[in-house]
Amino acid sequence: MSELASQVTPRGRQSIMQRFLHLDVPLVTALLLLSLAGLATLYSATNQSMDAVHNQLIRMGVAFAGMIVMAQIPLDTLRRWTPWVFLGGLVMLVLVLLVGTTGQGAQRWLDLGLFRFQPAELMKLAIPMAVAWYLSMRALPPTLSQVLLATIAIAMPTALIVLQPDLGTSLLVSASGFFVLFLAGLRWRLMLTVLVAMAALAPVFWMFLMREYQKQRVLTLFDPERDPLGTGYHIIQSTIAIGSGGIYGRGWLNGTQSQLEFLPERHTDFIFAVFAEEFGLLGVLLLLALYLFIIGRGMYIAVNAQDTFSRLVAGSLTLTFFVYVFVNMGMVSGLMPVVGLPLPLVSYGGTSMVTMMAGFGILMSIHSHRKMWAS
Amino acid sequence: MASNGNADQNQLHDKGQEKRQFTRRSFIAGAGVLVLMGLIGGRMGQLQVAGHQRYSSLSQANRVKLVPIPPNRGLIYDRNGVLLAENRPNFQLLVTPEQVQDMEDMLAHLTRTIDISDTEIDRFRQLRSRSRNFEALPLKVRLTEKEVAAFAANRHRFPGVEVEARLSRHYPHGEHAAHAIGYVGRINERELARVDTRRYGGSSHIGKSGTELQFEERLHGHAGLERVETNALGRVIKPLGRRAPDPGDDMVLTLDSHLQRAAEDALGDESGSIVVMDVHNSDVLALVSKPSFDPNIFVNGVDRATYAALQEDPDRPLFNRAVRGQYPPGSTIKPFIGLAGLEAGIFDPEDTIFCPGHYSIDDIDHRWRCWRRQGHGDMDFADAMSQSCDVYYYKLGYDLGIDRMSAFLERFGFGQRTGAGIPGERTGILPSREWKRAARGEGWFHGETIITSIGQGYFLSTPLQLAHAMTVLANRGHAAPPRVLRAVHSASTGETYETEVPEREQIIALAQEELWDVVHESLVDVVHSSRGTGRGINTNINYRIAGKTGTSQVFSLGQDQEYDEEEVQRRLRNHALFTAYAPADDPRIAVSVLVEHGGGGGAVAAPVARKVIDAYLRNVTAEPDDV
Repeated sequence: MSELASQVTPRGRQSIMQRFLHLDVPLVTALLLLSLAGLATLYSATNQSMDAVHNQLIRMGVAFAGMIVMAQIPLDTLRRWTPWVFLGGLVMLVLVLLVGTTGQGAQRWLDLGLFRFQPAELMKLAIPMAVAWYLSMRALPPTLSQVLLATIAIAMPTALIVLQPDLGTSLLVSASGFFVLFLAGLRWRLMLTVLVAMAALAPVFWMFLMREYQKQRVLTLFDPERDPLGTGYHIIQSTIAIGSGGIYGRGWLNGTQSQLEFLPERHTDFIFAVFAEEFGLLGVLLLLALYLFIIGRGMYIAVNAQDTFSRLVAGSLTLTFFVYVFVNMGMVSGLMPVVGLPLPLVSYGGTSMVTMMAGFGILMSIHSHRKMWAS
Repeated sequence: MASNGNADQNQLHDKGQEKRQFTRRSFIAGAGVLVLMGLIGGRMGQLQVAGHQRYSSLSQANRVKLVPIPPNRGLIYDRNGVLLAENRPNFQLLVTPEQVQDMEDMLAHLTRTIDISDTEIDRFRQLRSRSRNFEALPLKVRLTEKEVAAFAANRHRFPGVEVEARLSRHYPHGEHAAHAIGYVGRINERELARVDTRRYGGSSHIGKSGTELQFEERLHGHAGLERVETNALGRVIKPLGRRAPDPGDDMVLTLDSHLQRAAEDALGDESGSIVVMDVHNSDVLALVSKPSFDPNIFVNGVDRATYAALQEDPDRPLFNRAVRGQYPPGSTIKPFIGLAGLEAGIFDPEDTIFCPGHYSIDDIDHRWRCWRRQGHGDMDFADAMSQSCDVYYYKLGYDLGIDRMSAFLERFGFGQRTGAGIPGERTGILPSREWKRAARGEGWFHGETIITSIGQGYFLSTPLQLAHAMTVLANRGHAAPPRVLRAVHSASTGETYETEVPEREQIIALAQEELWDVVHESLVDVVHSSRGTGRGINTNINYRIAGKTGTSQVFSLGQDQEYDEEEVQRRLRNHALFTAYAPADDPRIAVSVLVEHGGGGGAVAAPVARKVIDAYLRNVTAEPDDV
């Protein structure tokens, strides 16, 4: 396998960035724009704290470095690692439950001496890759037994993450696995059957599996006023922030809901409300367009990938990115229950951003390591 | 080459089919993404366009708070500009916990600069546990000037500690005129329910008695408002706007502080009351009630023990005798009864009655005694007045009858409020058939008319009523209602408005005008004739006083009250009264004096009245060449 051979492009249109750094220019540009918007909003949401911006800049640097590193690794290499990474991740999830460190009421971290590590983050990449690895070995669409086996592979780590508990991440990793199945051509009839079964089981789920605080969040969604100072407070304040922004927004640094601290968690999960208050509907539409562009570019890369594994991985990672965006915005605007997911590249915080950017690195590797003959 | 992506080549992959399948699914997923993003976009439109108005006002309500600014209370002056009630800065030490680095260290150092008691520190700690960190909390209230100076010199050592001046009511003369001025106190719950909260925003005090209560509305003013932006914790971020409060107006009373003090001194340590009224315009010049109290103790809340002591004091220092004290007028009622008799034609002034020392009527087996046991002999109207012969009035009153008597007295203001508007003023009792039926459910007995003729029995009047009745008498039936407010100084316009002098009305018209002179002369005789009951005060005098002595009997001691012998003796003693106007030829002031348990009116009350009249006339006449 020759690295050089793989970089020759059929029409010679690949840029230097793409040829030597294996980066996709449109994607990198969009991600950088998003990061800038995120930093500006963060500066406002933290009452103009340069410290927060500084910290976030470092995390972004690490995340972009991770992206560049991942982009250099040819997908074949990643594919060979996939089963071992998945199994290793599974073992670490068990270890987390046994010896993990606790933070904010959940046991998520594994202390590796030098640094702390969240195995669930690894699984965000490992699960779709493992499912894609497994399905791409056979002809598509997957048979029922393949689907069952893949479902087990998804369900095991998901269950371990639920136990931590980390509802948001378990939702994400199961979704990423499901996206692989869907893109691989999962039968509609099967999906429908499962959907009906899930609907039927929902009350059981509600009664026996959901915790009280999770039920409260769902109930609050339908009627935030039932507990305006408790679980409803977040939603009430964030809808006020969004609504008072209007079409043109109140201007950067001028959002009273956020500047005067009425909005809780305004620099992390609820930062979208700050953005919407200060930049208005126009800003929101621009932001949505930016996200849509990134998703569209991801899907373009997926569709143009040269083999099934690459396609499935690229498609799943892109759709999972969309889940982040949709769940976060849906939660902040009161369309969905409060699930602690950050808004990609805008919310303050590092761990999930590094994983996400590593995912984009994989996408770029898929795009830049294409072989000449394939097209 | 393994890089083609298929480790397992046992099955044939239809590459084209798989790619088409993936592309199809990708487009479906893409459509799903667009739909869901559209949902988000729609939701944002719903919130930011359709709901914008509503959420904007919610956001506004979130952040904008209205903080009331209490107005400064108007001042109270006497008629000559003497300050009777003022607002004084009251210094307190405030601590803002979040600005203090080490609270314990700060407190330790601060107690070395200013004396702060342990209870004050304890109270501060309690307050702190209940308050938010950025709120300024009082550590010590009512700092002395010395403490303020001591702190100011060291203030750089105590960041987060400051001295704040608040205005609080102060009565510079203490007990002087306390009943007339009244006092303010903390607004209680009942008052809070009554007042307009917009006017009283931020106010902590309200008038409780006297002029402070009577003119509360104008003294208080109207609260201002400050709009401030606050954050979620309630911390004020910045002011947004301000409507200044309308300060209360200053009140210039009709009271003459100088005369008031003279009257207070004249009464000395006795319990009682003096009311002095300007005959020309019915201005209340002095309104004394003794014993008095220091109204300042009520301003910042009186402690339970002090209040209980004031309440239970048998001399009732909080009781405003001048308007709430109801006493039998005794012989001071005789000028009015006598005038009623003359006007009704019962007697001519020259007609004489023989006083054997007692009086009786046909169908009742009872002797009404004259105060002079041995009798006065033959009495005409003037003699009966100057010597206060009871028998003359028994007969006159009995012949007049209760109906005509009470109808006539009613026009002098007995049995009703004077119209001065002083809070808590009582009506007294003017006995009549109707009154007795309503109050007692009984008919009137003849005998009761006889005792009523000398101001005893059911008859009750207040010192203010007596002074006003003398004003009416001195003015030959003309008078305005008593007035306590002379002018209002508007704080907002800076102008002073004289209050309208009430129109002097003819309250009483006599068929025979000359009867006024008959009564007037008889009253001069009380003081200036050799046998007059008030002759004791006619020495060293360069003007003439028209007056009437009175001595009213007291029935106030209950059967089961605890007593010691001496105290009971004192409390059973009669009230001494003296009513007068002076100078007799050109009346300027009317005076009523009541000395509780003072004994004889001529001996005790008349000299008090003389001092008051002297003080007034000397002061007024001396004024031009006083400088």
